[in-house]
Amino acid sequence: MPRIGVFVCQCGNNIESTVETKEVAEEMEKLPGVVYTCSYKFMCSSPGQDMFKKAIEENNLDGVVVSACSPHMHEKTFRKASEKAGINPYKCEIANIREQCSWVHPDKTKAVGTAKSVDLTRMVIERLKKNRPLKTINIPVNKRALVIGGGIAGIQAALDIAEGGREVILVEREPSIGGNMAKLSETFPTMDCSQCILTPKMVEAELHDNIKIYTYSEVEKVDGYIGNFSVRIRRKAKYVDEEKCTGCGACWEKCPFKSDSEFEMGLNKRKVIYTPFPQAVPNVPVIDAPNCPKIQKDKCGLCAKVCGPQCIDFEQEDKILTEEVGAIVVATGYQLMPNERFGEYGYGRIKDVISGMQFERLASASGPTGGKIQRPSDGKEPGSVVFIQCVGSRDEAKGVSYCSKVCCMYTAKHTMLYRHKVHDGQAYVFYMDIRSGGKRYEEFVRRAIEHDDAMYLRGRVSRVYERDGKIIVQGADTLSASQVEIEADMVVLATAIVSRTSAATVAKTLGIAYDKHGFYNEYHPKMKPVETVTAGIFLAGTCMGPMDIPESVMMGSASASKILALFSSDEMAREPITAHVNAMTCNACWDCVTACPYTAIDKEEVKDRKGNTVRWQAQVNPGLCQGCGVCVAACRSKAVDLAGYTDEQVYAAINAF
Amino acid sequence: MKIPYYPGCTLSTTAKPFDTSARAAAVALGFEMEELKQWNCCGAGFPLTPDNIIGLTAPTKVLANARKEGDTVTTLCSVCYNVLKRTNKVVRDDKEKRRIITDFIEEEYDGSLDVLHFFEVLRDKVGFDKVKAAVKRPLTGIKAGAYYGCMLLRPFEDMGIDNCEAPTVFEDLLEAIGCEPVDFPDKIECCGAHMAMGREDIVEKLSGNVMQSAVGRGAEVIVTSCPLCQYNLEKSQPAMAAGTAGYRPVPIVYFTQLLGYALGQDETTLGFESNAMDVRPLLKEKGV
Amino acid sequence: MKLEKKEIKSEAMQQLERMTGEEVRDCYQCGNCSGGCPVSFEMEIAPSQVIRFLQLGKLEEVMRANTMWVCVGCLQCYSRCPKSVSAAKLLEGLRQMVLRKGENHKEIEDLPFPFLKNAPQQAIVSGFRKFVS
Repeated sequence: MPRIGVFVCQCGNNIESTVETKEVAEEMEKLPGVVYTCSYKFMCSSPGQDMFKKAIEENNLDGVVVSACSPHMHEKTFRKASEKAGINPYKCEIANIREQCSWVHPDKTKAVGTAKSVDLTRMVIERLKKNRPLKTINIPVNKRALVIGGGIAGIQAALDIAEGGREVILVEREPSIGGNMAKLSETFPTMDCSQCILTPKMVEAELHDNIKIYTYSEVEKVDGYIGNFSVRIRRKAKYVDEEKCTGCGACWEKCPFKSDSEFEMGLNKRKVIYTPFPQAVPNVPVIDAPNCPKIQKDKCGLCAKVCGPQCIDFEQEDKILTEEVGAIVVATGYQLMPNERFGEYGYGRIKDVISGMQFERLASASGPTGGKIQRPSDGKEPGSVVFIQCVGSRDEAKGVSYCSKVCCMYTAKHTMLYRHKVHDGQAYVFYMDIRSGGKRYEEFVRRAIEHDDAMYLRGRVSRVYERDGKIIVQGADTLSASQVEIEADMVVLATAIVSRTSAATVAKTLGIAYDKHGFYNEYHPKMKPVETVTAGIFLAGTCMGPMDIPESVMMGSASASKILALFSSDEMAREPITAHVNAMTCNACWDCVTACPYTAIDKEEVKDRKGNTVRWQAQVNPGLCQGCGVCVAACRSKAVDLAGYTDEQVYAAINAF
Repeated sequence: MKIPYYPGCTLSTTAKPFDTSARAAAVALGFEMEELKQWNCCGAGFPLTPDNIIGLTAPTKVLANARKEGDTVTTLCSVCYNVLKRTNKVVRDDKEKRRIITDFIEEEYDGSLDVLHFFEVLRDKVGFDKVKAAVKRPLTGIKAGAYYGCMLLRPFEDMGIDNCEAPTVFEDLLEAIGCEPVDFPDKIECCGAHMAMGREDIVEKLSGNVMQSAVGRGAEVIVTSCPLCQYNLEKSQPAMAAGTAGYRPVPIVYFTQLLGYALGQDETTLGFESNAMDVRPLLKEKGV
Repeated sequence: MKLEKKEIKSEAMQQLERMTGEEVRDCYQCGNCSGGCPVSFEMEIAPSQVIRFLQLGKLEEVMRANTMWVCVGCLQCYSRCPKSVSAAKLLEGLRQMVLRKGENHKEIEDLPFPFLKNAPQQAIVSGFRKFVS
């Protein structure tokens, strides 16, 4: 006969106001196997827990039920206390009589609440009788990390992990690390030059002994689980031998062919063999194969002729390699919504309507105009510039419902940069709200208005069109309740930040969740902001939603600290709530394999002594299994069971109702 | 004790009872309001455009003359107080403007005067506890609404007599003489001021709001500290009473009139008869 | 309404700012001045809108409205302004722009005799200063 104790918590008045906890305890006492019951004001308090432990020891209990709040809150607390009192933590169960009972049954006579609490507790007691002691699973940890994405968030994560003494592999899709931040001119609210604060970090990452950078590379497949991932990386052909290249630049200087520069947002051309920008890390060029006549038609080949170290290799092919790591940081960043979607603003039709990112390049000292503000159509200095905020953001009809968060700030910055470079220039800003909720951000916006004379107009632009060589911007100033018209020389659109086109594919490769906008989901928006639902995979930067540089850096560091904590021991403990396959009844239909969202189930061959395949069966990898139970539901032959939630336990609970 | 006193135009003419009652009250408290030997109009409004230096010459002349008689000057009218105090600050802090003004009026003055309102004399020099001790006829049971208006309080950084959003100095004085002060939301709202000249409709509306706000809270008498407030409130009350169901007119008096009465001064010096509505029946009714 | 760079910094706007010592761009249009103005019921455009039009350089919009002539100068607007912008000063400046040209807003002979006889001096003096050049 089991010896079960039942502890009913009053939770101050949270439970007691609609549940007669004493009565619940007395009812439970009548059940076979229950040898101890009590009701107490706060079971989770220190005296409550002392009482709990003492009761276990004095009554020689071998299982306990705490009728209290949701197991989300205090299951851990009481399981720990149980373990200290000498019983297996998985012989401690919680009956939720708060969220699922007292809070939702306002009946002050307590009749409903008490009756339901009795039912809920009895069910858990019956279930507990079928509980088996479980042991935590220990998994070995491979203390190397993978960072996907070489923007500021990824660089920060890589540097912090590397400084913590662990090896890092940093994978970047573009020819250089640096990400979007490398394109920015100045940064708000301090106005320091973006490249000046970014490039030292890029170089530091390049030179760090613990960091291996793979640029022009993509992660193709991720297998394994926390502590033991196996990652397949495609290193795209650069047609340049990285080991031999000195970055002298002879090849791109002599290359006679040009193509639109991605880095300059189409404002300038680059050569077909190129590095995206002068401070590129690594300073090794790549050949833009679709546009290279040598590769396409076997004509030219000038770069190979001028290359001193002979490192151009037109025959080079993509390389596939595999890295073993224990944890992964996803820092794949963002892209901008196509402005062409908003025909009323004339982007693509009117040459001097540009995007905010293009303005960054215009304002950048290393940009196509050397930092001079010149409009694309004729290179003239614009005497007035209209900035339009919320282009695509906060636009449920044509854009996205969310706020892109950084546009208010960078637009204010743009007006200042413009004013600092064109002293008599007039900046106009159309805005819906000014969102400047960061340290020194509001003051920054006010500076743009009060010191640099930016004219802020509260309202949206209805249309932008050309008339007599001028760009006419027509919109509203709701503060004066007027329709306004401005003759502008240039228009800058603060385009919405959206997730990368490849976001969903990457998410599926990694087995992490994403929202309807393609931004990766954190495990918990408050308490686990950098974790994903897949253990061992962490997030940093704008791949989880629009954010500014400080936030991206913070997330990079936060992910790194989580990983360093994970790497601080050789093995890690996992909850033993995992699925198990009964080999005798598995008929190898693989429904569970298809159903498993964590790719935790493998097809295993069973061989006889001579090595002949006898049959196949499903096999759960306990490191990957998150205990969700989908496989249990999917299995037609009832061959899968979930430890801690076995069919036997569940039916016992149902039958007790 | 003699205190240099600047009456201003209005207290010498249409608001004479304000002047005589204050002088009487001062005597009862053991000091004398000594009128400046030479004074002129303050301009009845501090120029709101800082480039208007000519508007500062008249008040500076007042201050320069007052300085010859002591280191303080006391006013009763809120507007005079506002103009003199703010002008004094400009002359003290802005050397360039001081030079232009003093050259023009051919007087030397550096802003070293302390411009006081009669409230400040009572509160800081005499002390409300002493005032209380000197009361001979405590106005027990009289519910009085203290109306501050604008000029006594705003702008705060220049005036600083009390918290400009939640002042209490007026109520504290009324309490010292035995009244039961009635707090009302419009006590710092405008009476309509110079709109009396040609826009009586605006005055009626603003003053009406003030009266309704005070009487609605149970005030049986409204107490003022400015002749223009007094005039506007008195003038608007009939229309207000006619247009508002259930509104009962109440007397409107200068604070010095009640103060003088409480200190046992001769009624002939208090000028009750000049108020639009006599407060004496109320005093009688309350048995004070 | 067409917004013009030259209007935003027009001579008249500069004169107004010089005269009042106020900078209209400091105002962030929270509307507190209009919220507390005791005469807003009578104004054709609210004090915050006056400042808004001034920010846009639209002086004529402000001059067309009665707002400056019904402002009582109670300073409630300024006293509660989180940016220390004085709508009262700006309205005074606008009045001055008219009066200093010698244009009276009220003629003395139009004033009723009972008012001149009974009103306190300060009402007459300050009224003259607000309405008469």
